[in-house]
Amino acid sequence: MREQRSNSGWQCQLVKIDDYRWQIPQDYKAGMKVPGLIYASEAMLKSIRKEQTLEQVANVAFLPGVVKFSFAMPDIHWGYGFPIGGVAAMSTKDGVISPGGVGYDINCGVRLLRTNLNEEEVRPKINQLINELFKNIPSGLGSEGKIRVSQKEMSELMVEGARWAVRHGFGWEEDLEVTEEGGCLKGADPSKISEKAIKRGMPQAGTLGSGNHFLEVQVVKEIFDPRVASVMGIDGLGQVLVLIHTGSRGFGHQVCTDHLRVMEEAASKYGIKLPDRQLACAPIESKEGQDYLAAMACAANYAWNNRQCIAHWARESFSKVFGKSPGELGMKQVYDVCHNVAKIEEHTVDGQKLKVCVHRKGATRAFPAGHKDIPPLYKEIGQPVLIPGDMGRCSFVAVGTQKAMDETFGSTCHGAGRVLSRGAAKRSLKGRDIVQELESRGITVKAGSISSLAEEASQAYKDVTEVMDVVHQAGISKKIAMAVPLGVIKG
Amino acid sequence: MEKVFEIIDHTADIGIIAYGSDIEQLFSHAALALFSLITEPESIEEKLQRDLEIISQDKDSLLIEWLNELIYLFDSEHILFNRFKIESLGDDQLRATCYGEKFDPSRHRIKIGVKAATYHMLKVDEDSQGYKAQVIFDI
Repeated sequence: MREQRSNSGWQCQLVKIDDYRWQIPQDYKAGMKVPGLIYASEAMLKSIRKEQTLEQVANVAFLPGVVKFSFAMPDIHWGYGFPIGGVAAMSTKDGVISPGGVGYDINCGVRLLRTNLNEEEVRPKINQLINELFKNIPSGLGSEGKIRVSQKEMSELMVEGARWAVRHGFGWEEDLEVTEEGGCLKGADPSKISEKAIKRGMPQAGTLGSGNHFLEVQVVKEIFDPRVASVMGIDGLGQVLVLIHTGSRGFGHQVCTDHLRVMEEAASKYGIKLPDRQLACAPIESKEGQDYLAAMACAANYAWNNRQCIAHWARESFSKVFGKSPGELGMKQVYDVCHNVAKIEEHTVDGQKLKVCVHRKGATRAFPAGHKDIPPLYKEIGQPVLIPGDMGRCSFVAVGTQKAMDETFGSTCHGAGRVLSRGAAKRSLKGRDIVQELESRGITVKAGSISSLAEEASQAYKDVTEVMDVVHQAGISKKIAMAVPLGVIKG
Repeated sequence: MEKVFEIIDHTADIGIIAYGSDIEQLFSHAALALFSLITEPESIEEKLQRDLEIISQDKDSLLIEWLNELIYLFDSEHILFNRFKIESLGDDQLRATCYGEKFDPSRHRIKIGVKAATYHMLKVDEDSQGYKAQVIFDI
């Protein structure tokens, strides 16, 4: 196996705005409609420059109707067409929608549950708990769900999202209130979904999957803002949380593949010149654009149904191990965010209200206190933002800010961001046993494939703490609490 | 020995470079490379066959859609293939017969889940030695 090197990296000049903001000037390449804006520290830029990621930020600035900037969050890394950690808002009047700006894993996202258990109560039973979770939650390659959906049910699920699961007894009605979009993106139209996507999606409904997806049992290690944390039910150090990270599985991939094909033809039909084929797009108002949005909503809803089912089985597993009902264990949902999606939103640009399609690919919505789209419970504190790290380090809970609204169309980072290829991650372990290594640090892991576990070693990722610090210092979200893993299940 | 394919390692994903003395062999080797990412091709027996027909705009998309069709068959029906007979290959149309079997957890070790073949850094070249194609997969 040999390492693919992107020649000497990206060495062009960036304009420093302040310690956390850098610009790619609009005249960097002819065809850019707006400048690029990168949120990063000087130290992080060094690693970002190793790949052609910033070239991708510049390429996104070519897309018709792009407003203000092509943004890059500090966890940015190389993606298909759009970088992962990229945000771009296109005016609905003359802008485009691009499946590459959402990604293959549509509505890949994160859900956080809390408990009233503490570390002392959970640690002695962690092996039993992790085994129970692993048994109860379908995961891994080729894993098939415990729920068997018919074609008709699949159509309902695509339209209803998390509500479909709640309606069938998976989870609680109140979970929906604390899920982005109520767990259901409007405008989903199953007639825009191919037979193939349905065939891929049906057996995988309600599964965790493989790769970087996981379920983690965590312990709160630090609280930065006790008042805001307590509104979310995060009350003290040592409290146990459950973090679920998964998306739309093979279904979302097939939707993306199908529509990329349509968009390829559409881009040439509408005379859109692209610097990269993988940026294929169509005008938002065109048939191709509207069809993609309707199909994307189906995949987003499929992903929410997935996280809803998994949350239910996580509650069941805790209940079995601790001998109390999920209600008695205080297993309420804190929030659920998506980090691969495009949404039609209203924003203020140069004092004017503007309807835009915000592409967030590996980026999280971060709306401020008082925004109409956040649940009443969180009206005063802002939308919770969940930032998972890699399995050996930590994760953060943050909230959205007005500054994010003013600067980044209400967006922030989504996680750690890869720095090593999967092969390089394995080699970095130099044959050491990743399971034992994590055990020695008090983290119990159960994975379907040890090989895929090694690919997700800490060394493969940026330190999420640095990522979080940048968005916190830049003011586009505010960190509230930090938690470390106690146990992890992976596919 | 002539080269069949090699695996390339990429930050977030994984890719292949396939070789072929003619375009048909290139497509067949690219498919074999794909299944070598998923499992050990030697572990796959020829127990079933599938006839596939792909229609697309050009050779590049034909290659991507060919690989995506095979990924789809693995993901939806759990079929692993290890031999590909390209019956005909035009500028925008491909017909092939693929041989393999259903995934059996007791005999097949799945290495990674390949989710899609992408257009990113896609390169199909021809020189005096024959054909060469680079494809990056989303995993």
